[in-house]
Amino acid sequence: MKKIQASNFHPVSAPDFLPRGELENLQLRRLQHMVGRAYDHVPLFKQRMEERGLTAADVRTLDDITKLPFSVKTDLRDTYPFGLFASPMRYIVRLHASTGTTGKPIVVAYTREDIGVWENVVMRSFAACGLHAGDIIQNAYGYGLFTGGLGAHYGGEALGATVIPISGGNTERQLTVMKDFGSTAICCTPSYFLHIIEQAQAMGMDLKQLPLRAGIFGAEPWTESMRRRIEAESGIKAYDIYGLSEIIGPGVAMECECQAGPHVFEDWFYPEIIDVKTGKPVPDGEEGELVLTTLGKEAMPMIRYRTRDITALAGGRCECGRTLRRIHRIGRRCDDMFIIRGVNVYPSQIETALLKVEGALPHYQIILTREKGLDEVEVQVEVTRDVLGDTVGALEQVQRRLCQSVETLTGLRVNVRLVQPQTLQRSEGKAKRVLDQRKM
Amino acid sequence: MENLMKLKQLSLFLENKPGTLGRPIRLLARAGFNIVTLSIAEANQFGILRLIVSDWERAKKLLEKNGLVVRVTDMVAVEVADKPGGLSKVLGVLEKARINVEFMYAFTEKREDRAVLVFRFDDPDNAIKTLKAAKVNVVSSVELLRQA
Repeated sequence: MKKIQASNFHPVSAPDFLPRGELENLQLRRLQHMVGRAYDHVPLFKQRMEERGLTAADVRTLDDITKLPFSVKTDLRDTYPFGLFASPMRYIVRLHASTGTTGKPIVVAYTREDIGVWENVVMRSFAACGLHAGDIIQNAYGYGLFTGGLGAHYGGEALGATVIPISGGNTERQLTVMKDFGSTAICCTPSYFLHIIEQAQAMGMDLKQLPLRAGIFGAEPWTESMRRRIEAESGIKAYDIYGLSEIIGPGVAMECECQAGPHVFEDWFYPEIIDVKTGKPVPDGEEGELVLTTLGKEAMPMIRYRTRDITALAGGRCECGRTLRRIHRIGRRCDDMFIIRGVNVYPSQIETALLKVEGALPHYQIILTREKGLDEVEVQVEVTRDVLGDTVGALEQVQRRLCQSVETLTGLRVNVRLVQPQTLQRSEGKAKRVLDQRKM
Repeated sequence: MENLMKLKQLSLFLENKPGTLGRPIRLLARAGFNIVTLSIAEANQFGILRLIVSDWERAKKLLEKNGLVVRVTDMVAVEVADKPGGLSKVLGVLEKARINVEFMYAFTEKREDRAVLVFRFDDPDNAIKTLKAAKVNVVSSVELLRQA
């Protein structure tokens, strides 16, 4: 078993290694406090508890959590803007918001103590992948209402690392700063880093020659194949960080140097996996929807929040020695799943189909339309240098093979449209893989 | 020497919609590149623009820097007499050697009474050898681009 080396150990990581029994005691104490707080201060939560004949005192063991009502994203929309806050504004020091893709945005709040918790988990996230004081972190998450930028920023500074608050976009400047300042780590979405790699290649720059050694990638689902491509083409280690604004932001879970799936910071966030349809818990190792409860969030406690992310809790110890359980890489969300002509399709299936043909994953987008009552799927794929030739025949063949591959994997007949490179939207927040333009 | 006999062609992917041809052409124009000749192959939803420019390496860099994907292929430029039967003679040589022409297009500039055509072969080196052996004038890239 690979033991963590004393030289790599940062004291802030101590809770990562708590014996399970101790951790569970801590979780229960915090859960009871949190449920009491939500019951007393959040009317929607109190009402749902009363409907079930429950009070806060009914949480006697950790397993009792399964009696509590779920919360969902629409709860945040329905109570927009401040309806789920459990603290008066005078104790709230920060608000973040997400732009609602459909209708209202959601707003989240933090007290000074909440910011402290957030800082703590991001610090532990960076420490888990081997960063420490002396590292130069290029923070290319968007600053502003999006939690990515400030979340990573505070955690990086708290660790004692040097943070470059460059925010997202302006890829040429990203590369100049990376080279001139000698950044050793970068935070951004994995798809944006792929874009940085492409731009570096176009500028004749070799990322492998730079001091950059770690990427902390999150805010959108990605795949093992993307990790392999990033690591092969840039020479860095790519780590998966997980988080969502409703819970706190980035830092809910983070991979250690073993890269074996993100460890959930269970002392602050209680994870459950449930069956999407029945809502019943499933055992460790089985796939389902991730449900999270905040164990230390004053301004906006979240009890059993349904994340819409599909994953499984990994049983068994990680080689790093952390006792924190890990979630499997989140490759898909229930949200992203679409039903077309009665078939359930996940973007990850389309991704696998594209990969089979091209060897590397191109940028793509799935467009759903409805014409005369018939649903159509169009997969737009950016042309890469690898598939481009100087005859149309060769490209038409690629197009045909892509269609066939998608049909084989999903049973769906789709149109594949080749589009110019770098014309599909690159995200600094969550990548939008599916555009549903059907008028229901 | 064989290498100078080959001409570099840049191929670009174009979507079939207004403005996609204009963009690379404008980029090259602004940077002062002379397009020696070009051809477009089209399919239903897209096309491929093939360009021969004076300084292909710099042109490629410029286009790539602006987000375009560029592929480079070797072409062979051949001089034929600008009179009936000129092209026919060259094609005859290729036919006899069972060399397949993938596609071809013409240079806009004429050299006195001779026309210049660019050919795309699967194996350009073999084609050059065959053409030279048959006394067909293969024009070197240096000579061609000097005027450009």
